[in-house]
This record gives sequence, structure tokens and C-alpha cells, in this order.
Amino acid sequence: MEFPILSLMLAVPLVAAIACLFLGAQSARMVALFATLFDLALGVLLWLNFDIGGAQWQFVERAEIFAGFSYALGIDGIALMLIMLSVFLMPICILASWDGITKRVGEYMAAFLLMEVLMIGVFAAQDMFLFYIFFEAGLIPMYLIIGVWGGDNRIYASYKFFLYTLLGSVLMLIAMMWMVNEAGTTDIPTLLNYDFSPQAQTWLWLAFFASFAVKMPMWPVHTWLPDAHVQAPTAGSVILAGVLLKLGGYGFIRFSLPMFPEASAQFAWLVFALSMVAVIYTSLVALVQHDMKKLIAYSSVAHMAIVTAGLFAFNVQGIEGAMMVMLGHGLVSGALFLCVGVIYDRLHTREINRYGGLSINMPKYALFFLLFTMASIGLPGTSNFVGEFLALAGLYKVSTLVTLVCTTGIILGAAYMLYLYRRVAFGEQRNADAARMPDLNAREWMMLAPIAAATLWMGVYPESFLAPMRQDIAALEVRMARAAPEGDSQLRVGEPMERNANFVAAAHGAEGAH
Amino acid sequence: MNLGSSLYFTGAEVGLSIVGLVLLLVSAWGGPRSARMVTILTVSALFGATLFSGHLFDLAASDMAGRAFGDLYRADTFGSFAKILIYLATIAVLMVTPRFFDQRGAYRPEYPVLMLFNAVGMGMMVSATDLMTLYIGLEMSSLGSYVLASFLRNDTRSAEAGLKYFVLGALASGIILYGVSLVYGFTGSTNYDGIRAAFSLEFSTGALFGVVFVLAGLAFKVSAVPFHMWTPDVYEGAPTPVTAFFATAPKVAAMGMLVRMAMEPFAGQVDAWRQIVIFAALASIVVGALGAIGQQNLKRLLAYSSINNVGFILIGLAAATPAGVAGVMTYLAIYVAMTVGSFTALLMLRDPMGENLETFADIAGLSTRRPVLAWCLLALMFSLAGIPPLFGFWGKFVVFQAAVQADLIALAAIGIAASVIGAFYYLKFIKVMFFDEPTRDLEHESPAGHWVVLGLSVAVISPLGYFLTIPLGEWSAAAAASFVAAM
Repeated sequence: MEFPILSLMLAVPLVAAIACLFLGAQSARMVALFATLFDLALGVLLWLNFDIGGAQWQFVERAEIFAGFSYALGIDGIALMLIMLSVFLMPICILASWDGITKRVGEYMAAFLLMEVLMIGVFAAQDMFLFYIFFEAGLIPMYLIIGVWGGDNRIYASYKFFLYTLLGSVLMLIAMMWMVNEAGTTDIPTLLNYDFSPQAQTWLWLAFFASFAVKMPMWPVHTWLPDAHVQAPTAGSVILAGVLLKLGGYGFIRFSLPMFPEASAQFAWLVFALSMVAVIYTSLVALVQHDMKKLIAYSSVAHMAIVTAGLFAFNVQGIEGAMMVMLGHGLVSGALFLCVGVIYDRLHTREINRYGGLSINMPKYALFFLLFTMASIGLPGTSNFVGEFLALAGLYKVSTLVTLVCTTGIILGAAYMLYLYRRVAFGEQRNADAARMPDLNAREWMMLAPIAAATLWMGVYPESFLAPMRQDIAALEVRMARAAPEGDSQLRVGEPMERNANFVAAAHGAEGAH
Repeated sequence: MNLGSSLYFTGAEVGLSIVGLVLLLVSAWGGPRSARMVTILTVSALFGATLFSGHLFDLAASDMAGRAFGDLYRADTFGSFAKILIYLATIAVLMVTPRFFDQRGAYRPEYPVLMLFNAVGMGMMVSATDLMTLYIGLEMSSLGSYVLASFLRNDTRSAEAGLKYFVLGALASGIILYGVSLVYGFTGSTNYDGIRAAFSLEFSTGALFGVVFVLAGLAFKVSAVPFHMWTPDVYEGAPTPVTAFFATAPKVAAMGMLVRMAMEPFAGQVDAWRQIVIFAALASIVVGALGAIGQQNLKRLLAYSSINNVGFILIGLAAATPAGVAGVMTYLAIYVAMTVGSFTALLMLRDPMGENLETFADIAGLSTRRPVLAWCLLALMFSLAGIPPLFGFWGKFVVFQAAVQADLIALAAIGIAASVIGAFYYLKFIKVMFFDEPTRDLEHESPAGHWVVLGLSVAVISPLGYFLTIPLGEWSAAAAASFVAAM
């Protein structure tokens, strides 16, 4: 029996969450920070002990303590990376709320710690219904976070968030029940290799799609996201953008693609169409926003559309790229929300026009903000470049048209992000109060610097992140190969020329020497 | 089948009846002063009956089902399971009742005695295997309920609730009786086995009418749409502890009776009644959810919530399989815990003068005034909405799984999609408690008895409840096994 590290990772924040409910403000902050850091340390331990190229499912735990489903945990490389993302962002979230949250701190920290339990649980669950329980349960703390500690219009946003996502997921539950009834097991690894009849797959795929498309979120069911983001407190937005949006993509990778390959191929056009619309439409919407958080929220929808398109490319590059975009976007959009939070804490407004020329009085802040802006655009050297390039390269094999449209997303992304940056950081200092704002303090350094480092690491040496996932993605591709659609770009590896292109014939060479 | 074993199998009812009669005399001579003692004795009698039913459950699970009095009555696992739920719910209600009436100086020993006779009637309802016993049990329980609804006789709302309940309840009893006579007329038997045997030979249109009438009357008793109209009015008007009672024990009894009806005498005619149940289930879910949205009174809201829950329970029945019946029983157990908890929390909401509060405006900002109470209510509401990881999810899970296994996928899909509407008003509850600013003062302390009941129900519906899934599943399956022979 191995050491149950995954259970421990669930137990630590859970215990801390319960403790926080009974603690005063300052001790609750400390407990929350300590617990999340401890979980981060456990996560690092998990990564170090993960045997790359070893068994597909590692750190497996199983206990038959429930009727109808089992407490089964275990991770593959994909889940590992997403768990790392969650545990990495959590301490930063706690730090981000350190001064900003003053009312009902204990309950706030408890909600966040609970959120962490549920996120790790979703990625680690190896039982279908256990997955569903973790997946759905995340609604409760997020509803409270938005509703209690959110902005002015928080009630509308919290309802919309809750009901939208709930409506999406309930049909998935019925589909899961049908699958379990048909296959006779709730074990995800077994179900991954169970062949459902193509006819049934169609319905099952649609039911799962309803849930994941809302979570993702895909156009046109994305409208809950801008509202939720704008109203949520900073840390809430970070978690929402950083991890919760990844649940949709994870769901596609874990369920829709391997379990229903035929249906996935059948509906690839739908995913592509929605993704194309999302890329263009939400980018354009982002361009005209006056609210910083809303702008970043819309940019998230556009980035997630590249993820969905990459996933349904049915090849290794596409899926690897989608995963890298998810990880990169988790870091970068989280960091952007933190950047908004930093100035929001000082001026209490998200209006872009209220700021300007921040690079004069807040140079360090402006530097970080610039880095994350560039990362969001997908500049080489940052995390998003790797992901977007791979995803689009994979997509190109399948459809040139979709690639063409999705690539414009990068151009539009550059437009709205640079435009945002120019209005906030450059130009003249229009507002006296904004011009007086102090630069980053030590706490804010501690929040932004680790993310900046991770972003660069992911951009410069993505192999660290791709290596654990490679085998799982290859297995996924093999699983889907039988349904993979024919590509329209007809890529063919050409015959290499005998000589380099810059080879100059010897005679000329002699001439040139003159 | 001798008298001794018959008495043994009906031991819970016989014992409770005797205790009830004795306590009636005590209260007649003792007057209001004896109220406390009578309550305690009633609770202990019910507790004893619970233990005895548990014993019969074990007995029936290992042995054959105990038939009593020439098969008028059966002490099987199903009946015992339902009775345990009924008695426990009654005990819980009795524990939180006196304080409510003391405030008005209206607590009298008749109250526990009425509850006791009600419990006897309900025990008969779930164990009856003959239309005659069934009707006697039904009326015994109903008559007690009418009186209880108007127990605050100086309060016009309470009197109105009692009257409404009586008139409409009598109508429903009449409908059932009419159905019963049709069934008897076409089968020549009032015994469940006899009816099933007769139906298997011939199922005429007249008999179908009988079945429909019986089911319609029972739908009234469980307050399933379209026979639900009385519920919000009665629940709002009746004294809150009585409402808590109506929402739990009689609901279990009526549902138990309905399930036994459907799975024993009418077991061969699933196609005849399934569409009725499906319609009632979906209509209850939708109407229960939509009706609750505009409500300001929390008791009315919980009334609609109970209509909504009945819809989910009926989905399990519509499956018409052992898994479906087991799902119904599991759901009922969780439902009782949730409802008892919600009403107890409601009873704990009093202003500093001790006046009970029951509107949304009163619970605004509860989370800052009474945080523990607010968190308990939060768990209860999310549980009622069926959001995991709270245990209410498990109730929905088992009934929907039964429906899916019975190939009623469309029913399950529509039902679960409609449950999202219901989530809306449960969310409103939480929104008012947690997101709004407090508007009024509340009583700061609640008695230990209330906390015990609330704490136990919240413990059951909390994620800890999942550790109950294995035993609860086994008991429910054993209860459902009572009907396997019939199917």
C-alpha cells in the first residue's frame, strides 16, 4: 500500500477549511496560507515522484466505502499538470485576498480551501460519480464567494453562474448513469476503453457537451463568465479563470474524446464552428470593453476556443497544444486578474479610463503587467506561444479554414491586449488619484513573481510540462485514431533536397572568393 | 396463523394504541399540567415502537413476511422500514413542538395523544394488505391530522387550515373509497393478493377506472400535482410544528401506501398506472418548483418544496422495479431528515419577544446574526436542491438511476432538467441569509432539544451521510425485496 498522497492533499485543505470557520480573521489567513502552501509542497512531491513513462495511472487509491460508486483516486500526466496548476494558484489567491477581504474572513478562507479540495478531487477522481460529485460541488463555494464578497451586481452574477452551470451538468449525470448501466462499472479507466455503440455515443456526447461547453465556456453559452468574473473578488476570478474553466477542457479530454470517439468526430464540425465564432466574436467584444475584468473575461473565452478547436483536431499536436494553452492560460489570465486586483485595491474601480500612465508611478507593476500582456498575446518565449502554436499546427492538419480563422484570434488578441495596456500603463497621467498610487508592495511581489517565472519557464522549456503528458496524449490519439477525420490540408513530407538551400556551386564559390 | 402471532406482528400498533388510550385518560384527568409528562411518555412509546419495528425488520429480512389476521395486515421489511421512518419523524416533531405552543400558552396533552393515534394509523397504512385495513388506517391518520391542523383554535389561519384540510381530505377519501369499491366490484376481493390474481385474469375498463380513482386519491394524500392545491394553504396556516409533521410522517405513510398499492395489487398492470405516475411526477417537479418562486412565506415555500420532492420520489416509483422501490425508500429517509431539519431551523427563528418568524424578510442577513443556524440552513437548502456533496443528492441519484435502469431515460432527463428550476428558490433562501443585510433582531439562544434535532438531521444530510449509503442501500433493498414475489 502506497502512501495515500492524493487523499492527504484532499484532507489538508478540508481540515483547514473547517478550522477557518471557527477562527478569527488573522489566524484564518495564516491557516489558509499555511494549508495551501503545504498542499503546494505535496503537489511538488507528487510531480517529483511521478514516474514519466511508467504506468498510465499512478498514485492509485481505492476504497469501497460508498454504495453505487467507490472512492477511487489516481492521476495520469494530464491530471497531474492540472493539479499542479491548482495547488500553485491557491496560495497566490490567499495572498491576493490578504488585505482586500475584511469581512467574514474565516468563512471566505474556508470557501477557498473547500474549492481547492474539490478541484484536486475533480482531477484525481477515477470514479465517474465521484468525479461528478466533485465537479458539481464546486458550485457551492463559488456561489458563496461571488455572492458574499463580490461587487455591486453580485447577486445576479451568482445566480447566473450557479444555474447556468447546474443546468449544463445535470444531463451529464443522466448520461453517466446510462453508461454505468450499460458498461456495468463506474471505473473511469475501464470506461475509457469501453466501446459504446456509435448511435448511443451521439446522445451521450451531447449530454456531456452540454456540461463541458458551459464550463469551458464556449460561445454562445459563455455569457455567465463575464458577469461572474466582473463581480467575483480578485481571488475568485483567478480561480475561476485559472482552474474552473479548465474543468471543461479536462472533461473533453477525459470523457468526450476517449469514450465517444465516433461521436466526437461526428460533431467536430460543431465544435469548430462554435470555436471560430468564439474566437472572432469574443475578441471583437473584448476590444470595446471599458471594464478591465470584462475584457480579460472575454479574452478567456477566445483562448478557450483555441483549446476546443485544438482538442478536436484528433492529433497529438492539437491535444498537446490544447493542454499547454490551458496551463498557460491558467497562469496568465490568473496573473492578469491579479494585476487588475492590484490597482483595484488602490482605486476601487475597474474602469479603464480611470487609469493611465501607470508606468510612470508604478514601473514595477507596469513591467509585470507588460509581461503578462505579452504572454496573453502569445509572444514567443511565453507559455501561451507554445500552446497556441502547437494547437494551431495540429488543427492545420485537419482544416486550413478553421486554422485561418482561429489564428486571427492571435492578431485580435494582440489588438485588444495592447490597446488595454496602452490605455492603462502608457500615455499621460490623466487622473491625479491614479497618478498617486504606490508601486507593488512585498505581498504583491510574492503573488506576481512566481507566476511570471512559471510563465517564462513554460515558454522557454515546455518539455518539463509536456513530458509527463506525452504518453497519455499518445494513448488518447491511438484511442481516437479509428474515428479521426480526414484532413483537408493533405500535408505530405516532401523529399529533402540533396543540398542546403544556400549551397552555392563550387564554381560560383570560387568566383565569390574573389 | 394464530392470534398470538397476529398480535405479535401488529405489536407496534397494538402497543401504541393501548398507550394512547391510557394517555388519553391521563390527559383527561390530569389537564394541561400533565402535558409535559404525556409528551415524554408518548416519545418513549414511539421509541419503543421504533425498536420493535426494527426487530420485525430483522425478523422479516431473515424469515418470511409476517401475515396477521388472515392477511389483512403484513409485517414485512417494507412496512417496518416505513414505520421506523414515521416513528422517528414523529418523535423529532414532538421534541420541537412544546416550545412553540408554550409561547401561546396553548400546549395541551391532547397534542401528543393525537400524534400517537396518528402514528398508529400511519403504521396501518404502510402495512395494510387489504383495502379495508388500508382505509381504516388512512382515516385514523387523517382525522387526527385535521384536528392537529386547527390545534391553535383561536388562530383564524389555523382554523382555516384545519377546515380546508378536512373538506379536501374528505373529498380525497371519498375518491379513494369510490375507487376501492370499483376495484372490489370488478375483482370480488379486497385482499391485495386476491386483487392481483383477479387482475391477471382480466383487466377491464371498469377496473382501470377503479385503479385510477384509487391513485388519484392517494395522489392527494402525498400532495402530488394535480391534487396538491391544499398543501400550501394548509402548511402555511397550520402551527409550524404541525406543518413539520405533515411534511414528514404522513408523507412517508401515504407514499408507502401508494408504493405498496402499485407494487402488490396493481403490480401486473404497470402499464396502466405508470403513465399516471410519470405525469404526476413531472407535473409535481415543475409546479412545485415554479410555485415556490414567488413565495415570501417560508412555510409556503417549504410546502412547494415538498410537492417538488414528491415528484422526485414518484420517479422512483415510475421505474416499477425493486431498484425503484429501494430508491423511493432511500429518498424518503433522506427527505425526512432534510424536512425535519428545515422546520426545526424555522422553529428556532424567533424574535426577541419569542414570536416565531416565517418570512424571507425575517431571515435577511441571518448568517451574521446566527451563523451556525444559517450554515445549517445552507446545508439543508443545498441538500434539498440536490447539489452534491450534500446527501440530498444521493436521494435524487438513486431514483434517477432506477429510472435510467428501467429505460425511462426521457423521464429522467426531463425530471432532472426541471430540478434546476427548483434550485432557483433554494438559492434564494441562501441569498437572503448570506448576501443580504440583516434587518431585524433575532432571539440569540435556542433550546438544546432543538439543536439536537437540527444537529442530527444536518449530520445526516452533510457529506458524512455518504457513509450511510451502504447500510441505507441494504435496508432499502431489503424493504423493496418485500415485493419481489409480487413482481
